Amino acid sequence: MKLESKVPSGPIEKSWDKHRFDLKLVNPANKRKFKVLVVGTGLAGSSAAASCAELGYQVESFCIQDSPRRAHSIAAQGGINAAKNYPNDGDSVWRLFYDTIKGGDFRAREANVYRLAQVSNAIIDQCVAQGVPFAREYGGTLSNRSFGGAQVSRTFYARGQTGQQLLLGAYSALMRQVGAGAVKLHARSEMLDLVVVDGAARGVITRDLVTGRIERHWGDAVLLCTGGYGNVFYLSTNAGACNVTATWRAHKRGAAFANPCYTQIHPTCVPVAGDHQSKLTLMSESLRNDGRVWVPKKKGDARKPQDIPEDERDYYLERKYPAFGNLVPRDIASRAAKQMADDGRGVGKTGLSVYLDFKDAIARIGLDKVKEKYGNLFDMYRHITDENPYEQPMRIYPAVHYTMGGLWVDYNLMTTIPGLFCLGEANFSDHGANRLGASALMQGLADGYFVLPYTLGGYLAGAKLPKVTADHAAFAQAENDVVMRTRALLGTGGKKAPAAFHRDLGRVMWDNVGMGRNAKGLREALSKIPEIRDAFWKGVSVVGDAADFNQTLERAGRVADFLEFGELLAKDALAREESCGGHFREEHQTPDGEAKRDDEKFAHVAAWEYNGEGKEPTRHVEPLTFDNVHIAQRNYA
Amino acid sequence: MNITLKVWRQKNADAPGALVEYNVAGVVPEMSFLEMLDALNERLVAEGQDPVAFDSDCREGICGMCDLVIDGQAHGPDKEATTCQLHMRRYRDGDVVTVEPFRAKAFPIVKDLCVDRSAFDRVQAAGGFVSINTGNAVDGNAILIPHDEAEKAMDAAACIGCGACVAACPNASAMLFVAAKVSQYALLPQGRPEREKRVLAMREAMDQEGFGHCTNEYECEAACPKGIKVSNIARLNREYLRAALTSD
Repeated sequence: MKLESKVPSGPIEKSWDKHRFDLKLVNPANKRKFKVLVVGTGLAGSSAAASCAELGYQVESFCIQDSPRRAHSIAAQGGINAAKNYPNDGDSVWRLFYDTIKGGDFRAREANVYRLAQVSNAIIDQCVAQGVPFAREYGGTLSNRSFGGAQVSRTFYARGQTGQQLLLGAYSALMRQVGAGAVKLHARSEMLDLVVVDGAARGVITRDLVTGRIERHWGDAVLLCTGGYGNVFYLSTNAGACNVTATWRAHKRGAAFANPCYTQIHPTCVPVAGDHQSKLTLMSESLRNDGRVWVPKKKGDARKPQDIPEDERDYYLERKYPAFGNLVPRDIASRAAKQMADDGRGVGKTGLSVYLDFKDAIARIGLDKVKEKYGNLFDMYRHITDENPYEQPMRIYPAVHYTMGGLWVDYNLMTTIPGLFCLGEANFSDHGANRLGASALMQGLADGYFVLPYTLGGYLAGAKLPKVTADHAAFAQAENDVVMRTRALLGTGGKKAPAAFHRDLGRVMWDNVGMGRNAKGLREALSKIPEIRDAFWKGVSVVGDAADFNQTLERAGRVADFLEFGELLAKDALAREESCGGHFREEHQTPDGEAKRDDEKFAHVAAWEYNGEGKEPTRHVEPLTFDNVHIAQRNYA
Repeated sequence: MNITLKVWRQKNADAPGALVEYNVAGVVPEMSFLEMLDALNERLVAEGQDPVAFDSDCREGICGMCDLVIDGQAHGPDKEATTCQLHMRRYRDGDVVTVEPFRAKAFPIVKDLCVDRSAFDRVQAAGGFVSINTGNAVDGNAILIPHDEAEKAMDAAACIGCGACVAACPNASAMLFVAAKVSQYALLPQGRPEREKRVLAMREAMDQEGFGHCTNEYECEAACPKGIKVSNIARLNREYLRAALTSD
């Protein structure tokens, strides 16, 4: 396997323009002859499907929910970054690029990140034009707020529902094309395999989740926009249906999986309440703009927060990182919270939380303003905890939130399988080892609106694809694989629900492959995960039929893939003998507990190649070079 | 706590359905209602019985996927909350709770508590958009929108498309859903070029899908987890009248 990044040569400011010019074009009349399959309808999938249809391609769009509008992008709260510099505070494309590279702890590809910063402004314009109701100033201009990892205000937002509004914008563009007959929509439809013909991606096998029918879909290119794999930890801020299945099946068909160990633990989530917990809820990072994070100075202080006087509180982020204060990047804020809990100064019943306090913000800007900015987040918190954050501080703790790893893609967003593209969170490219807040929405929409529509044309114009339809033998083979697997899941005669195995896996992942990782713990995970997997295939209970609406079967298939993928994640974490961003190897830290990179040995992308069942995967390396930013230890103090 | 559930079970749209009783033990107040159903299902699956099918995804009140009628109320007893935001601290030991699907002609049952709400997607496809292709936009600040107008549009845009308004309405009308979308665009300059076309197309699509008429019951507003106001329906009616009077 060869990893060719296809990054254009020349100055970085010109590379995307030059590349766009160099890409071959598909003549408008020929576009309708090509069919593009888009899997997933989040920001990346919806925007790509709509944009490709607008260009004239035939598009088919697939989602596992009952409507494309439910994709998990909808849950993103805080905002979307762009280098508009409307606040006149010194922002620029270059600064957004620099902050993103540095935020990612120098583990992302420079040219990709530069392009991301470059197209960021067009995204805001596009979304405004679609009728996304961004927050506005009294003069009618767009409002901005600050977010972690940046010292400028570059985040655009729609209350605490920015993801929802951006997704509904992309969804409206998609539905416009559905209405026009340019996109064929398949809702409640799950991709279970990729079909590769003569080395190129030519289709997918799906299961209609209502009827259970296995279907073959052929196309000239396949776009995976299927999100991240955070649910490998069982508990995460991801929605229940988020899974690794589509990317994992593509991996097993030849797509390299890059940096699976890069997972983001978000610092501000509602803490775990008990074993029944099915998911964790994020409280947007935007809250750190006005909320102050603290714990009692005294260990085991059981007083109510209101009763702890100012001088007995430790505003530890402000103390340790005076320049960025409560707005340090997520990985740093998360580890600091863990340190407080490890130090016995965590709060709440379990001691596994810290306070996020709005008392000063309410005094400063008033209750009404706080309500306008964060009202829905406060309501959400109250619903879950039965505590009123206007009167007492929120309790928060880190939780798995986002995954920076994903299918390896080149500058064109194409995986190692020609014709298979990967967009949004599902790919590995732009966030390095840690994603900054308000950058996920930016990347999903950049990929879908402004990158893929160009690079797809470049591929289709240059590829000489033979005519392939769903009666090709490769489709029969892939369909047969899916049917056999489904049969195996239904036939174990076991007694334990798939969810229970998922919980077992999650416990190992969180304990051994979570916020703090070390070689011993990772080796332990690598021996435990296959044990759980074996137990799963011997003892999972899947009730009902394959040819029916069967949610247990859906869950079982996804858990089965997580049980394979989790092992690769741990393997990648073990191989990366350094700390960077969200990947914290306890053996590699500075004396004051910060992540210590090893640029000499690990300034590279690790891309894993699948070698078959039971065989060791191969770790390939794409070196990262930094010609435009000075590579240095991150400093937020 | 021990909770007795009476759950609507129905194999598919064509099969007859009935309420089936289940006992769930070990329920704790911090559990969400759906986590209680998870616990029930995990037990049923372990016992080899068919679990209760129900929809949910984000479990934080924003995706609009969960959709239960609990003791006769769409999304249950909490005000401005989705089913997934309902917690068991609402209930007492020994309570009997009835759980049914959203019922409407336009939302056929898929299985048990799951319904097909694709009618909403088709209504959206009829006109719930601004016709602007990718790449055509002007600078975001070239379109000035007064703060209060943007806030009003956002109030309407907060709709999560769950369908509780339809389930709560005695006529199974989708007026609140359609009104929210029409209002969002009517309030914003970006939506104005297609204002008339949109409201006519969405109203027509709504009728074709078999949703009922609005008779001002206000049940939709009471059930809406996002607090969308019926004043949007008044705006929809004004927009409709305006379009009807001015169209060719």
